[in-house]
Amino acid sequence: MEFWSTPVGWTILTVAHILAITVVLLLTIAFVIYGDRKIFAGVQARKGPNVVGPFGLLQSFADLGKFLIKELIIPAGADKAVYLLAPLISVTLALGAWAVMPIAPGWAVSNINVGILYLFAVSSMGVYGIIMGGWASNSKYPFLGSLRSAAQMVSYEVSIGFVIITVILLAGTMNLNQITEAQSGWFWNWYMFGGGLKNLPLILIMFPMGVIFFISGLAETNRPPFDLPEAESELVAGYAVEYGSTPYMLFYLAETSNIVLMSGLMAVLFLGGWNAPWPTGYLESWPAWLASLHGLFWYAMKTFFVFFMNAMVRSIVPRYRYDQLMRLGWKVFLPTSLVAVFGVAGWLVYTGFPVAAP
Amino acid sequence: MALQAIAFYLMAAVTVAAGFCVVSARNPVHSVLWLILAFFSAAGLFVLLGAEFLAMLLVVVYVGAVAVLFLFVVMMLDVDFASLRQGFARYMPIGLLIAAVLAVEMVVVATTVSTQGAAKHSPGPAASGTDSALSNAEAIGRVLYTDYIYFFQAAGLVLLVAMIGAIVLTLRHKPGVKRQIIMNQVLRTPATGMKLVNPKQGEGIDA
Repeated sequence: MEFWSTPVGWTILTVAHILAITVVLLLTIAFVIYGDRKIFAGVQARKGPNVVGPFGLLQSFADLGKFLIKELIIPAGADKAVYLLAPLISVTLALGAWAVMPIAPGWAVSNINVGILYLFAVSSMGVYGIIMGGWASNSKYPFLGSLRSAAQMVSYEVSIGFVIITVILLAGTMNLNQITEAQSGWFWNWYMFGGGLKNLPLILIMFPMGVIFFISGLAETNRPPFDLPEAESELVAGYAVEYGSTPYMLFYLAETSNIVLMSGLMAVLFLGGWNAPWPTGYLESWPAWLASLHGLFWYAMKTFFVFFMNAMVRSIVPRYRYDQLMRLGWKVFLPTSLVAVFGVAGWLVYTGFPVAAP
Repeated sequence: MALQAIAFYLMAAVTVAAGFCVVSARNPVHSVLWLILAFFSAAGLFVLLGAEFLAMLLVVVYVGAVAVLFLFVVMMLDVDFASLRQGFARYMPIGLLIAAVLAVEMVVVATTVSTQGAAKHSPGPAASGTDSALSNAEAIGRVLYTDYIYFFQAAGLVLLVAMIGAIVLTLRHKPGVKRQIIMNQVLRTPATGMKLVNPKQGEGIDA
């Protein structure tokens, strides 16, 4: 035990922790891509990937192999350094954001006090990968795609910020672990339902806030119906036109990782994170590793539920027009979430602000 | 401690180097990218100081929003690099003057702080923000909403005026532009959107 608190031991432990989470995350993403394609296919009454491995389960790994052995082509007019840097930045940020995600009780690589701000900051930087890639390709379609993407992500970040503020107000903390702990107990303690019976009228505000967060998350990750940056009917593939081989795979990986991250964040902020929907006093008598697995199970269930909704929206809703997208972000979501911040703050002024556990 | 010193010198060096590259890069887009790196490593320095809230705000506001807009504008500008570099010698004295003034100011501030300590405006215990039990955000909030409330409000007002000014400068109502009114489209029903006529033979219908 002593060894683990020395600097060397601490470093080894943290690196092992990061490796474990990254490997599991990458495996999850492989199957999430498979699931996404299966859901998409199911809605359209197709079979989807079903050739590689049983039920096509290994499709993502076959795709990985294909991407890796393809030739890397850099366009002649491209800005070489920026061109290659863009996918790396995308994927670094997408994976780095997971550092603060509480995936089980007390289980995050870094349990920092400003965790939610860190996530917000990292996801707001995600736009650079796309904008740099589009510019460095030195080509018309990627450039248009990256401009669209920059405008879109900046617009929807504003409403995401306000939605996050309502949750911060209710929880009284910016630490993601404490936000999750504040939602323990019955499922009506989840912030989607206002956060406890005392705050039950807030369901009128918080439920729409959850929906706005979900939709803004779709727009933030360039997911259909907001996939204007890569609208294949107008821009071929948007910012990724000139990319192939491993850099394209990195973009793809970053995008999927961000989608899972947004689903996970929705689960943490609105659906109670790793809490079961009922009081879990019985966990006290369980061994610690089993209790952690219990938390992990609920976190994964909620994340995949949100992701399933995400995939269903992708397959069902037709793509927005760009002006409609901007109208939704600035004229509908921004005022609504701003009013909601005032509403929640006003309610808390009269019922008492929560005091965060130190 | 040694680790912190290494981290500090690393990030400080990156910040300075990136700042130098901002002005020396030939391509303006590269300049903005270096600027982003400088912001980012400055945020790292804030984290080292224990001001993680400020660090995150720096990243969210400057890296996530302001620099994106910079990049957006710079990428779309059709910059004539040759003409930009003309007159470098002519502007050199002004640049040097500004640099000198800034350097003198920084030296004065640094010497004052190192010899006499930072100025204390607020001796009140509630607002001092030096209590180590307080979290970062709480400490800033306490100072911002008590001692500096007027400055805070004034800053907000300035920003509001700037925003209104920007809207006034750019908003134009062009006559003859057909705009989409979503509400009209949503409220349209078969009864209002369709007219059934039964024209007699040999007669048209009136529009």
